[in-house]
Amino acid sequence: MVILILKRLGIGLVTVLAVSLIIFLGTKILPGDAAQIRLGQEATEANVAAFRARLGLDKSYPEQYVYWLADFVRGDMGTSLASDVPITKLIAERYENTVVVASLTAIIGVPISLALGILAAMFPGTLYDRVLTLISVSLVAAPEFFTATLLVLLFVFALNVGNAVVVGSIEGKGIVELILHFALPITTLCFVIASQLIRMSRAAVLNVMSSPYIEMAILKGVPRKRIILRHALLNAIGPIVNVVALNLAYLVTGVIVVEVYFGYPGLATLIVQGVQTRDYILIQGLGMIFCLTYVVLMLIADIAAFVSNPRLRHPK
Amino acid sequence: MARQQDEVVFETRDLKINALRDDGTELPIVKGVDFKVRRGEVVALIGESGSGKTTISLSSLGYCKPGLKFAGGEALLLGNNVTEMSTEDLRPYRGEKVAYLAQSAAATFNPSLRINEQVTEAPILHGTKTREEANAKALELYHALELPDPENIGDRFPHQVSGGQLQRLMAAMALCGEPDLLVLDEPTTALDVTTQIEVLKAFKQVIKEEGAAAIYVTHDLSVVAQIADHIVVLYNGEVKEAGPVDTIIHSSKHPYTQRLMAAIKPLPEAGQGEETKDANAKSPALEVRGIDAGYGKGSDGEPAAMILRDVSVSIDRGKTVGIIGESGCGKSTLARVFAGLLPPVRGDIFLDGDKMNGDLGSRPRQQLQKIQFVYQMADTALNPRQRIRDILGRPLEFYLGLTGKKKEQRLKQLLDMVELPYAFAGRYPHELSGGQKQRVNLARALAAEPEVVLCDEVTSALDTIVGANVIELLKSLRAETGVSFVFISHDLSTVASFADEIVVLYAGRVAEQGLTDKVLSAPNHPYTKLLMSSVPEARVGWLEETIGTKESSAGIGGGVTMTDTGCPFFNRCPLAIPGTCDVTSPPKRMPSEKHVIECHREISELT
Ligand SMILES: Nc1ncnc2c1ncn2[C@@H]1O[C@H](COP(=O)(O)OP(=O)(O)OP(=O)(O)O)[C@@H](O)[C@H]1O
Ligand code: SF4
Ligand SMILES: [Mg+2]
Repeated sequence: MVILILKRLGIGLVTVLAVSLIIFLGTKILPGDAAQIRLGQEATEANVAAFRARLGLDKSYPEQYVYWLADFVRGDMGTSLASDVPITKLIAERYENTVVVASLTAIIGVPISLALGILAAMFPGTLYDRVLTLISVSLVAAPEFFTATLLVLLFVFALNVGNAVVVGSIEGKGIVELILHFALPITTLCFVIASQLIRMSRAAVLNVMSSPYIEMAILKGVPRKRIILRHALLNAIGPIVNVVALNLAYLVTGVIVVEVYFGYPGLATLIVQGVQTRDYILIQGLGMIFCLTYVVLMLIADIAAFVSNPRLRHPK
Repeated sequence: MARQQDEVVFETRDLKINALRDDGTELPIVKGVDFKVRRGEVVALIGESGSGKTTISLSSLGYCKPGLKFAGGEALLLGNNVTEMSTEDLRPYRGEKVAYLAQSAAATFNPSLRINEQVTEAPILHGTKTREEANAKALELYHALELPDPENIGDRFPHQVSGGQLQRLMAAMALCGEPDLLVLDEPTTALDVTTQIEVLKAFKQVIKEEGAAAIYVTHDLSVVAQIADHIVVLYNGEVKEAGPVDTIIHSSKHPYTQRLMAAIKPLPEAGQGEETKDANAKSPALEVRGIDAGYGKGSDGEPAAMILRDVSVSIDRGKTVGIIGESGCGKSTLARVFAGLLPPVRGDIFLDGDKMNGDLGSRPRQQLQKIQFVYQMADTALNPRQRIRDILGRPLEFYLGLTGKKKEQRLKQLLDMVELPYAFAGRYPHELSGGQKQRVNLARALAAEPEVVLCDEVTSALDTIVGANVIELLKSLRAETGVSFVFISHDLSTVASFADEIVVLYAGRVAEQGLTDKVLSAPNHPYTKLLMSSVPEARVGWLEETIGTKESSAGIGGGVTMTDTGCPFFNRCPLAIPGTCDVTSPPKRMPSEKHVIECHREISELT
């Protein structure tokens, strides 16, 4: 199993490297380079050349790539072209914001969705199952801004609780306070991930439920509750963890509509900024951060799946 | 509870079960069946696949597979009609009064739970035993079923024991709650003959000791003769004939029963082998010499697990070579070497007398074309998303470059050869039965116009009658096409009825090889003898006689272990010579031309 995990780590590393190469090359084929963008149209040739040398842009591409990657590993992602602020600092603030909202969403949304999905699998074909399936399918279809609008209309205007715009510091707040503070964006995000989680966990459990060993458990007179909780869930962990990890990765890359709608400074709005100002040093950095987050989450999911597999845990 | 004899434990009265079809109509599957099971009695339900055996036996648990429903009549378990109870009402019966043993233990054990938890689950849940009592009962059963390391085997996970052991552990699971009725659904069909004897013996003893009653579902009359008291013959959801085992086996009246009797494979005896005419005595179609092969990478370039040692086999043009041996002997490994899927570390492979690369990847297309593989699991070998037309069309294009009309014409011929209607070309694999899928599989191999077709356990997953039809088809194909076959099976009777030559493999070495007649008659290698004497005969009392003999008491129950020195059969051999057999490799003895026995004993001692 250790070898398998190391293999996955290796694959993750290769993925990150490949993505870094694509990101690097991608910014190279864009017209204009960093020096030009930073100094603007009026700058003299000499000024631009000097600035280029300072950024290391006069070196060959392979050299530039190695320096850039080495800097990244050291935690230095360069300086923003738009504002002279170190990219690391820019991203760190927003990353924290996004992670706070993503984790709060996960803490509330994941257990509820899984419980709902598994419950539906326990009573397939019942009214509860059918209503839940209907809701989760229509949630997939509903765009995020629609859900958000509905929630704002309901809570802020009709019930007069919560606030529609959540600027403000998260410092010094307890988890309950945080949840209240972020109630609307979190609820919107919960709805967004819930539909997929519900459907996938239901499908994973139902799939296991059709296997011969579950039929055997039924024929042994094992109660339905125990069949699900002891016999089926253990075997469904692998696929479920995978879906959860994918959804978390989705949350961390930032949900643009929610950030824009609620005026919340997260990573997604940072990308928009980067694109608007043609600050591709910033975009490079964000790309790498997203990729890393994704790879780490997937790695965790894989390890969880390995650990839940008795054949790997207890070899012959 | 009063366990008096003659008490009827289970009874069906005009039982009817229907299948629900997609369009909402119902199709009768079981059409009014009556039979009784008394305490201490084993009733066998026999019939070919689709005759409703499993469906009827499951009714005793008040259970219908998804898509089926009870449509009338009664199934009385200890006097209670279980067809009308809800799942909740049935729980106290299931696992407690009546227990079920399924065909495949590997699929029936939950892979994520330890064995002991699953064995003791029912009585603990039903509150009839405390955890300690249940564990004690389980331990007693592990001993009774002669499982290795009974104290600790329950702590293992299902994948950590062998197939035969898991099958016996399933019996322990069923018996732990001390049920009144046992339902056994083909519990030995997937096992080697030697393991089958062992499991049958354990079942029989335990049923007697526990004073239970049993329903035994099978299509194999030879097995029924060993274990049942009464036989109910089913066909198409109806009882055709019923009576005591003696009467049915020895003087059945009904034509259908007689057909079942005829489908019993003849015992492997000399004089059965099909001697096909020598077409042209050129070089053999496929030959391997001095092959060593194994899996994994060890040190110094040797495989980590060496399986085959010094194996030489030659397959003449138009002939069939049967490869036989218990599970884990290396039969499939040898087939993989033939096919080039596993390059050997030593030894040579010849095709038509020309030396050939051991690795599939570096063989030219025209060599690939000449050797085709047919797998055991027709299901997994056919792409479910392709129509039969595309499955067969690919090799026609790839190897023969056929397109358009020519391709379609050849496709028609191929389907014709395997006796399938041309209309099947438009179907998907899941729209075919098991036997039909295996025919498509064969047709695909033949599409490449090969010289040698490797068949690995092609009939093992099919029931007797369908399997016999596939063998007939293979025979006629051999006559029609002149193709050579390598036929791998753990079933000696099937191989004996079909092969010109037999190779008996044990622990990766050739124990004996030669013409079918020679291999099946004395002198014999002790392992061949064990295999031959383990094939059940369709007569009452055979099991007891066989268990008593010296060969089986030594050989049954042992598993195949690979050894580096001496004869691998040493620990199971009744003729073993300690000090010789376990230290030096046995010499090759040749009682007649082309007949080889590897054994330290003289030929005269092996008769
Ligand atoms: N991929 C593999 N890696 C390591 N060992 C293997 C591998 N495949 C098979 N073996 C081992 O090689 C030996 C021979 O296996 P093989 O599949 O050839 O047996 P077989 O005679 O075909 O058995 P069966 O009748 O069960 O199909 C067994 O001990 C098996 O455990
Ligand atoms: S060599 Fe010895 S152990 Fe092996 S089969 Fe012959 S007598 Fe038995
Ligand atoms: Mg095999």
